[in-house]
Amino acid sequence: MPDTSSPAEAPGRGGRAASWQTRSSGAGRWLVSGPPLAYLLVFFAIPALIMVAASFTPPGEFGGLAPLFEDGKANLTLEAYERFAEDPIYLELFVKSVLYAAITTLCCLLLAYPLALLVARSARKYRDLLMLLVILPFWSNFLIRVYAWMIILGPQSAVSRALNAVVEPLGFEPVSLLFSSFAVLVGLVYVHLPFMVLPLYANLEKHDPALLDAAQDLGANAWQRFWRVTFPLSLPGVWAGAALVFIPALGIFAIPDILGGTESTLIGNVIKQQFLETRDWPFGSVLSIMLTAVALALAGLAAWVSRPRRTT
Amino acid sequence: MALLEIRNVTRRFGDFAAVDDVSIGIEAGEFFTLLGPSGCGKTTLLRMIAGFDLPDGGSIVLDGKDLAGDPPERRPVRTVFQSYALFPHMTVAGNVAFPLRMAKVDRAEVERQVKLALEGVQLGGKADRYPHELSGGQKQRVAIARALVTKPRVLLLDEPLAALDAKLRGELQLELINLQKDIGITFVYVTHDQTEALALSHRIAVMNHGRVEQLDEPSRIYGLPRTRFVADFIGHCNLFDGAVVATTPHESGALVDLDVADLGRIRAFTKGQVTPGTTGSVAVRPEKIRISASVTQGEDENHCAGHIRDFLYMGDVTVYIVEARGGQRVEALLANSEAGRTKFFEAGDAVEAAWRFDAGHFIPG
Repeated sequence: MPDTSSPAEAPGRGGRAASWQTRSSGAGRWLVSGPPLAYLLVFFAIPALIMVAASFTPPGEFGGLAPLFEDGKANLTLEAYERFAEDPIYLELFVKSVLYAAITTLCCLLLAYPLALLVARSARKYRDLLMLLVILPFWSNFLIRVYAWMIILGPQSAVSRALNAVVEPLGFEPVSLLFSSFAVLVGLVYVHLPFMVLPLYANLEKHDPALLDAAQDLGANAWQRFWRVTFPLSLPGVWAGAALVFIPALGIFAIPDILGGTESTLIGNVIKQQFLETRDWPFGSVLSIMLTAVALALAGLAAWVSRPRRTT
Repeated sequence: MALLEIRNVTRRFGDFAAVDDVSIGIEAGEFFTLLGPSGCGKTTLLRMIAGFDLPDGGSIVLDGKDLAGDPPERRPVRTVFQSYALFPHMTVAGNVAFPLRMAKVDRAEVERQVKLALEGVQLGGKADRYPHELSGGQKQRVAIARALVTKPRVLLLDEPLAALDAKLRGELQLELINLQKDIGITFVYVTHDQTEALALSHRIAVMNHGRVEQLDEPSRIYGLPRTRFVADFIGHCNLFDGAVVATTPHESGALVDLDVADLGRIRAFTKGQVTPGTTGSVAVRPEKIRISASVTQGEDENHCAGHIRDFLYMGDVTVYIVEARGGQRVEALLANSEAGRTKFFEAGDAVEAAWRFDAGHFIPG
């Protein structure tokens, strides 16, 4: 959101902030930022580098990795990358995973926006309670919540029976909801919804209600007030929520494992398989690196699309 | 008939009447001010004219048409909000174009009118700026240009200068007066600042507890306050409470003699009919009272002896608090017209205070 404070009104502010920063530089600054930086270095940067190294290493005889140095020379190969390039199935898996993540993001946005707006516009005293309800599902285990959907969508469930009671008399085959792409998407949307609601709410809650009064006063009807004022101002929240949903949804494996059928295998499932079942670590690393690259590329695209522009 | 008729308008919040049976007629081309302390109902009344709130009783009629059925977006009135409420995601030009776009004005015409409107408020060069890149005064001018670009019948201004510093406020007051004179649109201005109201308005309605205490021209609001509240709220005022003992007809009203407990007998002017025995207050502005070291009682003057208790040096003037022999405090104001001189008297000095009979204004009640 654009900064609404006016630089022209507070000429002294910049100078004071600068001098405060100067004083806090040095030891104090490192004391504050050092521990989290060290944490990220040890548990994120180094493992990521190990994975890059693993992707160029041949697989070990009994799974895992072959030693990096053998007979005095580096033991490097592009085999895993070649394998990725040769079989189009992996590219298809990526496209499919991006598609699933995109549909999930869109569904979450469409469900979360009205919800976040409702909470942001309710009386202040109820907002915290309503937001608590949104994050309440986090209080029970992720896998239990996904297994619950197995029962809800299962053949004996009220939902399935009600659906088939309508479909069968019309002459269609009975429908199985579970173990399908539909079930996977339902699970993906369900699990990720709060991650869309939270940033949207955080954004919408800060909107100045006077802006809507002004828009109405200037002749905008309810739809125009939403489309011309509320929605454009909420875009930072939309992008934040989209990133929080899309990126985890892209690499997820548990939901397709539990709710999906054979046709709903996603790239996350294959990566898990490479590491835990096939024990082909180099190839798993290649797929992981590719997944990170896809996520980064799409995030970059989103940042470029949503870059600030001077529009009237 | 007036352009904007507020007829017996009442607005209740539970048991509390925020606006209580108010009737005001505002003329075309008028700079009209609703003045009062916070909670007096002036903003509620303004919001009802804009359409953001609806009266529980009475009606608001513009140009002979009752506005009751029209939501804010369909009323030919525009509001300048206290916070300006500029759209932060739109440029200055985008903000000003907004009401034109809502009115489905075609593109070329939008551009032409935005340009004109921005030139009208000396912001022609800032069309591509965002609100956060503007100073407070510039934001206010954008808000005004945006509200005026569709040529409303009435412009409502909700304390538009409250957020600005004193010096800028003075400049913008002049700009507002000139702008209103140039375009001739009716302004309804809400403020709690009495000097602002006096400086800007053709007429002022002083409000208190949801009612209009007095509706008059600024000079009469200041000079002839009709109620104790108006006298006290507008500027500084000495209020001497007492009971009328005699009246003498004088010009268009009467002179009343009053016994004031801590001061003695004083004489004041009243426009209305007053009978002996009536209690009330005499309002005397501090600048109408002259103080001197020796008795110099002129004709037609009230007079009292006392001593200086305190004084406040304000730069242009010094305010002296005189304690009369009876104990009544009298506030007097002397202009510091001599260079280098900050005061004429010291605390404790024995002085005489005097003011003309017709400088005092009797308010019954």
